[in-house]
Amino acid sequence: MTPPAPAAAAAPPVLRTPEVADVTPDLRERLQAIWETAPGVRGWLGSVDHKAIGIRYMVTAWVLLALGGVEALVMRLQLAGPDLTLLSPEQYNQLFSTHGMTMIFLYASPILSGFSNYLWPLLLGSRDMAFPRLNALSYWIYLASALFLYGGVLVGAAPNDGWFNYPPYAERAYNPGINQDVYALGMILLGISTSVGAANFIVTLFKTRAPGMSINRVPIIVWGTTTASFANLLFVPAVSLAFFLLWMDRQFGTQFFKPAAGGQPLLWQHLFWMFGHPWVYAIVLPAMGMVSDGLPVFCRRPLVGYAAVALGTVSTMMLGFGVWVHHMFATGLPGLSLSFFSSASILITVPSAIAVFAWIATIWLGRPVITTAFLFFASMILLFVIGGVSGFMTASVPVDWQLTDTYWVVAHLHYVLIGINVFPVVGATYMWFPKFTGRLMDERLGRWNFWTMFIGFNLGFLPMHLIGLWGMPRRIYTYPASMGVGVLNMVTTIGSFLFAIGILLFFWNVLKSRRSGAVAGPNPWDAYSLEWSVSSPPPPYNFAVIPTIASRHPLWEDRLQESDERSNLDQGLLLDHGKETLATTPLDAEPDRILRMPGDTMLPFFLAVALTILFTGLLLHNWWVAALGALLGAFDLIGWFWPRRKLFEREPAHG
Amino acid sequence: MAEAATARPRALPVGPTRDYGVGRGGMFALIATEAALFGYLLFSYYYTGASARGPWVLEGHPSLKLALPNTIILILSSVAIWWAERATRRGERNRAVAGTGIAFALGIVFAAIQGFEWAAKTYGVGASSYASLYYVTTGLHMAHVLVGIVVLAMLFLWTLLGYFSPTRRIVFTNGSYYWHFVDVVWLFVFWTYYITPYLGFGQ
Repeated sequence: MTPPAPAAAAAPPVLRTPEVADVTPDLRERLQAIWETAPGVRGWLGSVDHKAIGIRYMVTAWVLLALGGVEALVMRLQLAGPDLTLLSPEQYNQLFSTHGMTMIFLYASPILSGFSNYLWPLLLGSRDMAFPRLNALSYWIYLASALFLYGGVLVGAAPNDGWFNYPPYAERAYNPGINQDVYALGMILLGISTSVGAANFIVTLFKTRAPGMSINRVPIIVWGTTTASFANLLFVPAVSLAFFLLWMDRQFGTQFFKPAAGGQPLLWQHLFWMFGHPWVYAIVLPAMGMVSDGLPVFCRRPLVGYAAVALGTVSTMMLGFGVWVHHMFATGLPGLSLSFFSSASILITVPSAIAVFAWIATIWLGRPVITTAFLFFASMILLFVIGGVSGFMTASVPVDWQLTDTYWVVAHLHYVLIGINVFPVVGATYMWFPKFTGRLMDERLGRWNFWTMFIGFNLGFLPMHLIGLWGMPRRIYTYPASMGVGVLNMVTTIGSFLFAIGILLFFWNVLKSRRSGAVAGPNPWDAYSLEWSVSSPPPPYNFAVIPTIASRHPLWEDRLQESDERSNLDQGLLLDHGKETLATTPLDAEPDRILRMPGDTMLPFFLAVALTILFTGLLLHNWWVAALGALLGAFDLIGWFWPRRKLFEREPAHG
Repeated sequence: MAEAATARPRALPVGPTRDYGVGRGGMFALIATEAALFGYLLFSYYYTGASARGPWVLEGHPSLKLALPNTIILILSSVAIWWAERATRRGERNRAVAGTGIAFALGIVFAAIQGFEWAAKTYGVGASSYASLYYVTTGLHMAHVLVGIVVLAMLFLWTLLGYFSPTRRIVFTNGSYYWHFVDVVWLFVFWTYYITPYLGFGQ
């Protein structure tokens, strides 16, 4: 270690040996004072507590899920019978595009960020994420982009070219309103949120696990979110760039996607799907992690094949980098390219199948306790297989040519997104709600909730495969009676309304149980992972002393008898010289450093406000407003990075 | 009999010390995502150029009169911040101030010369897909240069205020990484737009 510079005589010591201590009420009181968020608006806007941020993420995402759901129901009314005129073609275009944008960008990924934000530090035995301020920023920008995009929807300028927004129709010549500009700028804004969130998850995984939690002991949801975060970090720039180029094309006369001046409309599709396909894995892998971690709790045994599932998660994403062209099989690319991407898309079923077999084996070899959460997790396996098989079929080029742009694809993607995202997320809510609130959700209402959703979903989307096979194109606002798809469309509409009732029952259960649910205690499911060792809801500092971990199932060690060593949760490192937590080494999780954590601050909130001003200025071509936003943002960042004594980023001697 | 595992670490550094701390990981993540952004920009160039029919680049032999010296200026700026960072590591504040100042000045010179380079072009941003790519790629790079110049200005100020010591200097080291990144990315941009046409790309 380098000794402190002579100039810094008054500096705090560079090295400290943390004491090992027991948890005492006095210690809890001191930590509470250090970590608690101040009451009032300032505290609310300035909180960097990962638990508060996680809950905000989830609530915002659920509100957007409800909005996207209402949009879907209106479309289903329009499609309930042939030649209906509830919606005009333009209204229909805006609705299906907004529905896709909402569900894929504003619900599916943020909801997982919400769960991961709340759970990660608790699962990993830490006191917060590696970058608490960045965490707050990620939420505020997410909220800002949702308001920005929905601001467009409210003034009748919703996206109208589908969520994947192909040029030339997205170009100004065909699409003169500001619809596409709102969509483009809003997506770039959202991209910032996703990227900073991803960076936070990656560094958190590698730096802030409890000692002893080596990389082969972290829960699968952590593997899932980490993998998704690597993908987001590397692939979100593709879509942000695509939207930026589109905006330039529309507003500044560039020629990126315009063939007349050498532009390439297919460039959009490449950039979009280089991002888009890994994104699909990013919004299912963490949810698959929820199932991998949740099923064992209710099956009363460890997950079968932990290592295979963890590596399967990572290899799914690696293969997922090389499959984007399967969205473009019908665009006239050379045969060699089609063969390569077709084989990669077929190959990717292998790691997915590993997870499926691991889950089935876990149920098979366990003694399942049939709770609502278990029903959601177990049913997800079935929906995953259906969605996987229907997708795997389109990996074959000739089959894809037959099915592309039909309702088959709509059925497939809903089995994937609802089956592998919504079902696990609802299950995870039943499982972790007691941790969030201290109260259990109602199990009887839960059964009604599950069966309504399950029957409604399958009634709605299973027949859709047939509608697609019969040739009904997607993204068309109506169809003639002579097509013979009227009855099945009516069935789909009925199913989707039933499904919506199921979602309402879920929301009802959440609201009701929050007030009157049975009190849960720290570990109502007798589960194995670290978050269940602390009170429900957890204290602001999570762990009074930093625990030491000896296995993958810290709370089940006496039962499993895998070794003589036991995790120690009652005695551990005492870090109470201010807001502190422990950093450990990336693979073995040996204690490495004492981290000084930033306190609550409004800087992230103001930065999100500044960016919103900037993007609003850009949208309206008001360069003064844009410059003001940029300037405010720059000042905010300078304040953010200003080296702080409290964080030990600088010497106190001068200035 | 089961035994409780308890970590009993040696003395641990508190807060960021030398190069190390979570901030380093954060900076690497930022660089990774920004590098990806430029990767997609260059992909767009090669893809659009390779799939175009007939001659695509507007200048078969782009003039290197400004671009080459400017590239050297940016490399020198990187060398200057490397030298300043080394001085910070050793606690030599005056050298650190000087090096940061030189890096900052060279950054400004680079931006100014790039302005002349743009002004000397005979085509606008909307002339063709090549022109659009040229201006947007160099423009986005310029946006990063401007951010880097502000970063260098802040490092200059903070060094002047005596904030950094050999132990507590992660902010300086991270800032210098960002500037190196901006310079390295330029080499890829320079190669793509100024050298590959000589090798026959897009002709």
